[in-house]
Amino acid sequence: MKYYITNNRAASVLLKEIPEAGYAEFFADVDEKLRDEHFHLGHYFALPEDEERLRFYCLLLDDRTGEVLIASHAMEYYDESELPSLTARHAEVHPFEREISERYGIRFSEMPWAKPLRFPFDRFDKRSSMDNYPFYTMEGASLHEVNVGPIHAGIIEPGAFRFICNGERVLHLEIALGYQHRGVEHAFAATRNRLRQMLLSESIAGDSAIAHSTAFAEALEKLSTKSLPQSENLEIERIVALELERMAMQIADTGALSMDIGYQLGQVACEALRTVVINTTQAWCGNRFGKGLIRPAGTNFPLTAEKIALIRENVRDVRRRYHEVAEDLKSSPTILARFEQCGIVSKQDMVQIGGVGQAARASGLGRDLRTTHPWGSYGKKIQHESLCEPAGDVMARLLVRCREVLQSADYIEKLLCDFNPEAASPKPDFDFSLKADSLAFGLVEGWRGETCHVVVTDHEGAVKACKVKDPSLHNWLGLALAVRGEGISDFPICNKSFNLSYCGHDL
Amino acid sequence: MILPKLRVLKSHGSQYIPDLNAVELTKEFRGRPVLSEGGDPKALEAASQLCPTGAISTAPFTLDLGRCLFCGECARRAPQSIRFTNDYHIASPTREGLVVRPGQEQIPFDEQAIRPEVRKYFKEALKLREVCAGGDASVEMELNASGNVNFDFGRFGVEFTASPRHADGTVITGPISQNMAEALEISHQAIAEPKVLIVCGSEAISGGLFAESRAVDRSFLEKNQVDLWVPGTPTHPMTFIDGVMNLLGRKKRA
Repeated sequence: MKYYITNNRAASVLLKEIPEAGYAEFFADVDEKLRDEHFHLGHYFALPEDEERLRFYCLLLDDRTGEVLIASHAMEYYDESELPSLTARHAEVHPFEREISERYGIRFSEMPWAKPLRFPFDRFDKRSSMDNYPFYTMEGASLHEVNVGPIHAGIIEPGAFRFICNGERVLHLEIALGYQHRGVEHAFAATRNRLRQMLLSESIAGDSAIAHSTAFAEALEKLSTKSLPQSENLEIERIVALELERMAMQIADTGALSMDIGYQLGQVACEALRTVVINTTQAWCGNRFGKGLIRPAGTNFPLTAEKIALIRENVRDVRRRYHEVAEDLKSSPTILARFEQCGIVSKQDMVQIGGVGQAARASGLGRDLRTTHPWGSYGKKIQHESLCEPAGDVMARLLVRCREVLQSADYIEKLLCDFNPEAASPKPDFDFSLKADSLAFGLVEGWRGETCHVVVTDHEGAVKACKVKDPSLHNWLGLALAVRGEGISDFPICNKSFNLSYCGHDL
Repeated sequence: MILPKLRVLKSHGSQYIPDLNAVELTKEFRGRPVLSEGGDPKALEAASQLCPTGAISTAPFTLDLGRCLFCGECARRAPQSIRFTNDYHIASPTREGLVVRPGQEQIPFDEQAIRPEVRKYFKEALKLREVCAGGDASVEMELNASGNVNFDFGRFGVEFTASPRHADGTVITGPISQNMAEALEISHQAIAEPKVLIVCGSEAISGGLFAESRAVDRSFLEKNQVDLWVPGTPTHPMTFIDGVMNLLGRKKRA
């Protein structure tokens, strides 16, 4: 089958240049590619092309070559024939087929777990609602069900967890989401106000504001009809912001894991360290989560000598203190007893479900866009080494965090030690026109993992669709697998060890 | 085993902020805006048009902090008319109090608007149940942070509970997604009277970017009286702490 072959640095592609295959051919080829663990799906979605046709776009990521393979197939809008399901062969296609099916009423034959994904307001079947989510059930005198949510005990986002247990042991967990659905993708297309679109990208998942807004801004820039000013400083600033976000969140989760096992020292030390990191971001751009920092084609907050000095000093201090916390956690037998051999996800399972990010790396699956599909300063100033742990348990996910914080701190130091503030970054540009009938994507490795924005434009060069893939989309299933066979009381630490986004999933 | 812990303790030192009233945020922080009449009307009109949530009106000239996402773009487009300060004391017991007018030097805290039972029952201790209804996790993290080792809001008896049955009130974050509207209703009903209702974050106050979205259902706010509106994207922990302390009558906005 023919693909349009591109990469994470290349410009946008005209929609008509993307080869269109028959479904049978598409099915056979994607099926074959996904058998190879070096391929995974970056995105797969459907869009109405005009009133008659629905076109399906698929982004395949090749981890060996760094290529992104774009393929498509199409069908008549009112064609009611069923498409053979890829999910039946590759679990990683599951959330995508669920989304397509839920949104457009497309039926996939022999699709396991053909269930709603997020109950969007514009769903095809209006009868399907949160109240009648088809939970899996098991019968048996020794089994019982536990329902948790949608509101949880802490100050976190809502989602429903249904456990089937035999005594204390979890046989099965099903996670039903959609409570957080706000209509994000619809809102992107409903406005031409570029600033509004940027703010939308910042609010997809507030804890990943930098990752999402970078992915969106990069996609927009690739669509620009004029050549935008190239600035090494801007590239570096975006990466520094992203690595600061990664540090803040990995530290926050180290603290949260400590809290869940009642280890107060680890908790409060990490709370204080996270405060230092996010206050550094605030001193840079006025917002603790970096909202406002990433803008198209430029920045409102070019780094000054003074700010560079502050960031470097704080990052060095946090690095030293966090290292002490990590050493303490690793040398405490009571902590190891709780985290080790708990919530294991095998590498094989991770590959199957299309797991990404730090959770995948903790199962020995080294997927990391900074290595495989570099953008910005990665692959240039920074040759990223993906940090893996083989065990796949809660401890492994903690260890990846511990190591990534130090790595991020080193990257920030490396990027800033010879940064020249004199060559100031350009101002943002909200007005550059976009190529018509084109597609561009931004792929960014956020702290949770692979964040993908695909922007498609219409005949006039307005944003017709922004399809968002948060790393949580696939990793939620990883959490469900992790608790299988564990005591139900281990669910909180398994959950924290993933710390997935509800709003990023529900959009 | 014990040595690494001692090392962590030593480096950690003392982290709590002894006097929260003395906290001043970095000058980059975007808090209460100051509006001035007489600026370039064209620039102001352009800024008002650009505002992603329609927070700026030009006739009469106002800026609604309940809608504002604090991106600061208007102040760059119309610097003669709008300037952001780092004043985080921006919570208000009335929705109107969030609408800033030219020359205004602080966000008023209308004592008359506070129901007497709020201070009568909750002045010394207030337990809150937070319900996230479409929030993007940033306001939620800031509310968590208000109880952390730095801010330690718990020292004043203000804490978050796991169950609404243990709570004296609800804090809502997020634009109130349709899919969460019922759960929010049930949770708030589960709290015994008298109870407090706090709306936290600009997205919760006005719907923010999702005010027009068909995926949100804001009827809850039409049916229930709100005691405190706390703006921010996200709300800074100090804004929340200052707002609640004022609500409880334990602090007075000078």
